[in-house]
Amino acid sequence: MLVPIEWLKDYIDLDVSTEEFCDRMIMSGSNLETCEHFCEEIENVVVGRIDKIEKHPDADKLVVCQVNVGKEEPVQIVTGAPNVFEGALVAVALHKSRIPGPLHGQPKQEGGVKITKGKLRGVESFGMLCSAGELGFEDKVVPVAHKDGIWILEDEYPLGMDFAEALGLKQAVVDFEITPNRPDCLAMVGMAREAAATFKKTFRYPDTVIEKENGTGKTSDYVSVKINNPENCKRYVARIVTDVKVQQSPWWLQKRLMYAGMRPINNIVDITNFVMLEYGQPIHAFDINQVKGGTIIVENAAEGEKFTTLDNNERTLTKDMLLIKDAERGIAIAGVMGGLNSEIEEDTTTIIVESANFNGDSVRATSKKLGLRTEASSRFEKGIDPNLCEAAADRVCRLIELTGAGRVCQGSVDAYPAPETAKTIDIRVDRINHVLGINISRGEMQEMLEGLEIKVEGTDNIMTVTPPTIRQDLLEEEDYIEEVARLYGYDKLPVTLTKDNSEAGMPREKELRDLARDSLCGMGLNEIQTYSFVSPKGVDNVRIHEDSWERDFVKIINPLGEENSVMRTILTPNMLEVLGRNYSRNIEKVRAFEIGNTFTASLINKDKLPDEQYSLCIGAYGKAEDFYSLKGVIEELLRVVGIRKPIFIAESEYGVYHPGRCARICVEASPEMKAAGEEYEELGIMGEVHPDVAGKYGMDGVRIYCCELMFDAVIRHSDTEIVYTPLPKYPSTSRDIALLVDEDMEVGRIEEIIREQGKKILESVKLFDVYRGEQVEEGKKSVAFALTYRDKDKTLTDEDVAEVHNTVLRALKERLNAVLREM
Amino acid sequence: MQAQLDKILEEAKAQLKEAATMAQTDEIRVKLLGKKGKLTEILRGMGKLSPEERKSTGQMANKVRSEIEQLLEEKFEAVKAAAKEAQFRLEKLDVTEPGKETILGVKHPLTITIEEISKVFTNMGFSIAEGPEVETVFNNFDALNAGPNHPSRDMTDTFYITEDILLRTQTSPVQARVLMKEKPPIKIISPGRCFRCDTPDATHSPMFHQVEGLVVDEGVTMADLKGTLDSFAKQLFGSETRTKFRPHHFPFTEPSAEMDVSCFKCGGKGCRVCKGSGWIEILGCGMVHPNVLKVGNLDTEKYTGFAFGMGVERVAMLKYGVDDIRLFYENDMRFINQFK
Repeated sequence: MLVPIEWLKDYIDLDVSTEEFCDRMIMSGSNLETCEHFCEEIENVVVGRIDKIEKHPDADKLVVCQVNVGKEEPVQIVTGAPNVFEGALVAVALHKSRIPGPLHGQPKQEGGVKITKGKLRGVESFGMLCSAGELGFEDKVVPVAHKDGIWILEDEYPLGMDFAEALGLKQAVVDFEITPNRPDCLAMVGMAREAAATFKKTFRYPDTVIEKENGTGKTSDYVSVKINNPENCKRYVARIVTDVKVQQSPWWLQKRLMYAGMRPINNIVDITNFVMLEYGQPIHAFDINQVKGGTIIVENAAEGEKFTTLDNNERTLTKDMLLIKDAERGIAIAGVMGGLNSEIEEDTTTIIVESANFNGDSVRATSKKLGLRTEASSRFEKGIDPNLCEAAADRVCRLIELTGAGRVCQGSVDAYPAPETAKTIDIRVDRINHVLGINISRGEMQEMLEGLEIKVEGTDNIMTVTPPTIRQDLLEEEDYIEEVARLYGYDKLPVTLTKDNSEAGMPREKELRDLARDSLCGMGLNEIQTYSFVSPKGVDNVRIHEDSWERDFVKIINPLGEENSVMRTILTPNMLEVLGRNYSRNIEKVRAFEIGNTFTASLINKDKLPDEQYSLCIGAYGKAEDFYSLKGVIEELLRVVGIRKPIFIAESEYGVYHPGRCARICVEASPEMKAAGEEYEELGIMGEVHPDVAGKYGMDGVRIYCCELMFDAVIRHSDTEIVYTPLPKYPSTSRDIALLVDEDMEVGRIEEIIREQGKKILESVKLFDVYRGEQVEEGKKSVAFALTYRDKDKTLTDEDVAEVHNTVLRALKERLNAVLREM
Repeated sequence: MQAQLDKILEEAKAQLKEAATMAQTDEIRVKLLGKKGKLTEILRGMGKLSPEERKSTGQMANKVRSEIEQLLEEKFEAVKAAAKEAQFRLEKLDVTEPGKETILGVKHPLTITIEEISKVFTNMGFSIAEGPEVETVFNNFDALNAGPNHPSRDMTDTFYITEDILLRTQTSPVQARVLMKEKPPIKIISPGRCFRCDTPDATHSPMFHQVEGLVVDEGVTMADLKGTLDSFAKQLFGSETRTKFRPHHFPFTEPSAEMDVSCFKCGGKGCRVCKGSGWIEILGCGMVHPNVLKVGNLDTEKYTGFAFGMGVERVAMLKYGVDDIRLFYENDMRFINQFK
């Protein structure tokens, strides 16, 4: 909301600096975006008159002007402006002057542009004739009359007078940020009311008294209004103006609009826009001769009805859209845009001024369906007080009268089936003090509220309050608490702490996630964070099977694009994308992890929402990485988060991974699951990424190691309780063995048998070497283990150890055909 | 005999003086005192002597022997010390060479920021609550007093899964969940991801993080809100930090405010970070709207509360001087590694 300070002063006497104005308005609740000082840079630009125009001897598009700037000698200026004529009053930037700029076709410069004399195609020019754009106005606010040329003045000013002073150009415009609860502040009157309350000044209403209703006939002679949908049209006020002369508006009016961000067009349009900015009430004016039968009917359109709007677009309406009709046809889409058929033309002499109130939701729906958003529709959407209609219509007519744009007919036609009244409620002084933590008197509160034109009655603790109807946001006690708080000043509220003594708590799931994060960082992995929404193509890239659960996507109806259109089911594709990005940036090694939510569409939880589970993904590439370095990280991580006995089972079918280098990470199934025939429960999967998948992420030939753990499943099996085991009292004995086994014999299986047979006194078994090559025949491998034996109750003798150790060796020979090699 | 022994002693002294290593010293020892050593031979030959001679010679020989032993011991010590010294000289390191790489991983800067914010609040007795990213429209809007026509519900602002399910646009629905489940005193914060239909650019991201807070109890006032958040600002940004509360509007709080903190880069004098104003907008807050408390069936006469919420990316960008929000989601290791 652009508020020119000069305009604001029409309604209140402001005697503070712009800076103080801004600061105090912020603290009373009107936050501002910017405060711009217009035309500050203008120096040595004067009013001049073009007395003579001659052709430029060497350039078709240039002319040489002799400009009278109130001195004896005229100033010669060369210009290319197409709209100059002899006698035109113009803005002359003299030699050694400064203008805000930018110059035509150039970027804006800080501090403006310096103008000096020079030669244009050999002819001397002692300055420049300026356009409004060059004097600092945005193109969209330059008056239609001179938007494609230099600024030509309508009114007389003394020649040689400072141009900015003559036109009053130097002024501040404050851009306020209006929150959705305060549509009343989208109007000058609303902002003036706020300023009046903030600075404790008297607010002056705009002048709406029409002196002479001297138009031909009465308004009711011309038009009758019928509202057939009172729910969506609360009020419709019409007034008639005859003898209309469409011309340029006076400068004071044009100026108001320009600083408030609108382009002056002609007097009738400008006045309707002015009143819209002043009251926040959209006004529509149309040609009465085009209103057939002098009848206005407000009702819903017919389904499929065709209608051509002012912008010359034919639109197809639906039956829930509100239409303004005459006796025969539609003439405007209510609150959105007028019709081409009733537009005001140059020769229009009698107009109807419409000041109506349409339901915001209905306007929003219509505007959205048509894809047509206008200044009027966006204002109606936010909600407007129907009690403004009459004052706004009168104000339009008063301005028409004042500017001589036409003659106003007597009276108005006002259809207002159910007049809106303000909601009166009781609020309590002690409650206000209680919520704010202050102690101020009723008198002080009452004064603040009355400053906002709120009527206050009642006695003692009870204030019976009635807001002005423009304040549609004041409905309940808490709304008034806010009014008191902001006018009292948030900065004056005391600063205290709550008097509780609560203890902080944290969900166990979060604790374990934090623990995992800390542990992985400790192991040298960096954390990443990626979008929760992804492209469905991610699972194609990682070769997920057609009907696999990883494709059970929660889909977004209105995504930004395909790449963010579904919620991720797994983290691996995002991880690979990040690895690929880093690889492409020549980062030679990466160890990363992410802990984040994953989503499954068809699993619906107790909140009737798609299931959300935390997942943990690890990804790594680089010289030092291999399957076992990753597995080591996973084993340590699982140990920390309370999974003591993970089981790794070879997997060759999962598309993401190398078929010979992939493992499912499991734990022994719970008794219930075992009863259901499940031996293991899966926690996740790990492996070396399939070369085809690596290729999809621009990492052809790069060995990538990846893992994804279903972290919520990990948490379910987690046992983080630690119970101390006494340190051993008796010494241990070690035996190293090397076994010759078939190439595809799993170490896990060998260890399993060793553990099973060595049960009583075997303390640990540790693989320390795997060897293939010389002295080992093809298709075989040599695996070496260190076995440690210990009895917690006595020192083991050689015989004790030999007995068990031989049983172990025998079992290995018999069951796995594992032959003991000479060490 | 005496002359012979003296000669042996002299020789021993001379030889030991020459010896430089353990091996050379030991060689001398063997030559003199070994089984076939010169002195040993003399002692062995004593059997042939008369008892008188034997006695005097024995005494002489033993004296020489112990003298030599003494010399040998000294020599051994000296040689050992010299060897150690030589070893140390040989093993001298260049301590300015770099250490062996031991890599500690680093948390994502957004995680670090969330943890820092959370720590301040948990120290003040706030618990941490969590909720889902895919939420009901009810929890995200209705329960938080955002009417059916509130503009933020538009498909241009909010991502929808169905008519009733969306991607939460704020972490505030966790407030609603807590209010529906727990009884006062309530004192929670809830960090998490949020989603809004913003096309990514330097300052916008369709996904971002928030930390929201909620306090509900008997007699909680707006002065408490100011005190709590002022304390938070001082703990997060430094004890010199000042705060400013400006009126604002949010559907779920009334009165509502925005909190600015004095610029932690320039201390309030005005700089590039605070765009010259000396203040930085950091969070939105307010007294919980009674309509929201009613979601938890609370007696709004008895209970009052306050709520607040801040954008984590914004705090992180300000704190670390990051100028493009997209960097957080690119996960370039050269970026992440800077937060160690």
